[in-house]
Amino acid sequence: MIKYLIEKEFKQLWRNKFIISLIIILPCLVMLVFPWTTTMEIKNLNITVVDYDRSPVSAQLLNKLSSTEYFNFTGLASNYSEALQHIESGRSDIVLEIPASFETDLTNSRSSSIMIAANAVNETKANLGTSYLTAILADFASQFGGEVPVNISVESSYRFNSTMDYKIPMIPSLIVLIITLIVGFLPSMNIVIEKENGTIEQINVTPVPKYSFILGKLIPYWIIGVVVLTLSLVVSYLMYSLPPQGSLILLYGISIFYILGISALGLIISNYSTIMQQAMFTIFFVIIIFILMSGILTPISSMPQWAQSIASVNPLTYFSEIMRMIYLKGSSFPDLIPYIKPLFVFFVFIITWAILSYKKRG
Amino acid sequence: MIWDGSFRKKIIKYVNSDTEPFLREGEIIRAEGLTKCFGDFVAVDHISFSVKKGEIFGFLGANGAGKTTAMKMLCGLSKPTEGRAEVAGYDLKWEVRKIKRSIGYMSQKFSLYEDLKVWENIRLFGGIYGLSDKEIQIKTDSLLERLGLEQQRNMFVRSLPLGWKQKLAFSVAIFHEPQIVFLDEPTGGVDPATRRGFWEMIYDAAEWGLTVFVTTHYMDEAEYCDRVSIMVDGRIEALDAPSALKSKYNAANMDQVFHTLARKAKRDE
Repeated sequence: MIKYLIEKEFKQLWRNKFIISLIIILPCLVMLVFPWTTTMEIKNLNITVVDYDRSPVSAQLLNKLSSTEYFNFTGLASNYSEALQHIESGRSDIVLEIPASFETDLTNSRSSSIMIAANAVNETKANLGTSYLTAILADFASQFGGEVPVNISVESSYRFNSTMDYKIPMIPSLIVLIITLIVGFLPSMNIVIEKENGTIEQINVTPVPKYSFILGKLIPYWIIGVVVLTLSLVVSYLMYSLPPQGSLILLYGISIFYILGISALGLIISNYSTIMQQAMFTIFFVIIIFILMSGILTPISSMPQWAQSIASVNPLTYFSEIMRMIYLKGSSFPDLIPYIKPLFVFFVFIITWAILSYKKRG
Repeated sequence: MIWDGSFRKKIIKYVNSDTEPFLREGEIIRAEGLTKCFGDFVAVDHISFSVKKGEIFGFLGANGAGKTTAMKMLCGLSKPTEGRAEVAGYDLKWEVRKIKRSIGYMSQKFSLYEDLKVWENIRLFGGIYGLSDKEIQIKTDSLLERLGLEQQRNMFVRSLPLGWKQKLAFSVAIFHEPQIVFLDEPTGGVDPATRRGFWEMIYDAAEWGLTVFVTTHYMDEAEYCDRVSIMVDGRIEALDAPSALKSKYNAANMDQVFHTLARKAKRDE
């Protein structure tokens, strides 16, 4: 019985050119473009300098700044308020003010104060820019310390991303995002379209059991999810030569549960909706919350307590963590158990709900 | 579902201590006090009637009289608020799955899959009712030949004219050889010649022993039925053969009978 239902879903999917192109184009496009644009690294910050000193020392400092790839000079300003205008007009991200006594202070008392003002509209940019600038200034000041110049640049070890390539940690997260979007959105449209067309009534009058109907709907999306996952892995390997560090079997094994769970969530929303717009906005809302509160974009540990408790019941939190662990660290099954358990609970709960929420007598 | 099994039936039999069967000799549907409420609104108000095996039973009424709601209850699509009914020998409360296996249904709104081909729709519903691939194939060939749709076999259903769609929907509804077929305004929106063609199909099927339960608001179609019931404001106001009704209400045709009864309606559409 279920064979005929699955066959029907596939025929309908296959004839929908929009869905087919979405399944192929979205993963490729996201994997090709997003790692470059979502990088956390800051380069080419625009800087405006107010130099009241105009001494050889301050010239030396400016020279040092412009030799790094982090800063672009947008020009000198004659005073602070003029520099602020640069920020307001968007020409500049950071202002560096050198006091008139800079050279004398530095040579006499070996200390001077310099003001940095950063445009904090983009917080990440402001924070990183300020710390880069501080590091460069500290380095510069140490040359006037009289002692052997010390290098004060921050030494951090970036484990699991030793090349400091920020494109790499984005890749497993992006794969999670693509899967969630495709296998969450598509099923949410499915049952509600049958309701709008009236075809659901013809199914409801047949003796087909609820679980057969729901499984017949889930299995096609499950296969779509696996195709999307494979496509994303292949593209990221070809583009960034980054194969997963851990076991592929484990990666697929866990993804299968997650994909079924997320498609079931889509079907639940479809079951409760009466028109397509309603289903679309509901899944949109749910997925946005899931993504924002999953630790993909911002670390969970820096969220307020209430948000952390939401994140702890969010399946995306666990799946993205598992994905990163397998992909970047090469974690094995025992390490992943604490993350797999909640994901499995979610899976069982959501599938049961999907079957029960389908309103059909008998 | 396990709840649908004979175990529940035994409980019912035990609770309803009268061991007499609910369905009388020669009957296939029997309803007693069947009611459906939506909140305060009583859509179907304690209707009682029976349908004989093999007859064409017309279920008439103005828009909003409760025809479709009553039919949906009998098909197991919606749950009765009150009352008791048996369809094809199964209880409407506890044996919905078994009822569904024994009936066919064609809704008011065309409800085959428009993005599937003609043969694919037939195959889907044949498969759902548990027919094998082989059976489906043989029956599809003979069905398409009978309908004269062999040329259209590979056409998408959406590109068929409405009259053909209705014929196809009817054929799909009786493809699994049910005992009863429920037709909800099956000929809406087509010309009289096409309607006549459709009724010829109904007669053919009835000759094979199929019971036909049909709602309509075309009064000429009412004349084709063996017996008709007329619903007004959720209640059955009259039930008899068309000829008997005409003489009872002293009318020349069913249209006049209908108007005499429908005038009593207080409910808006």
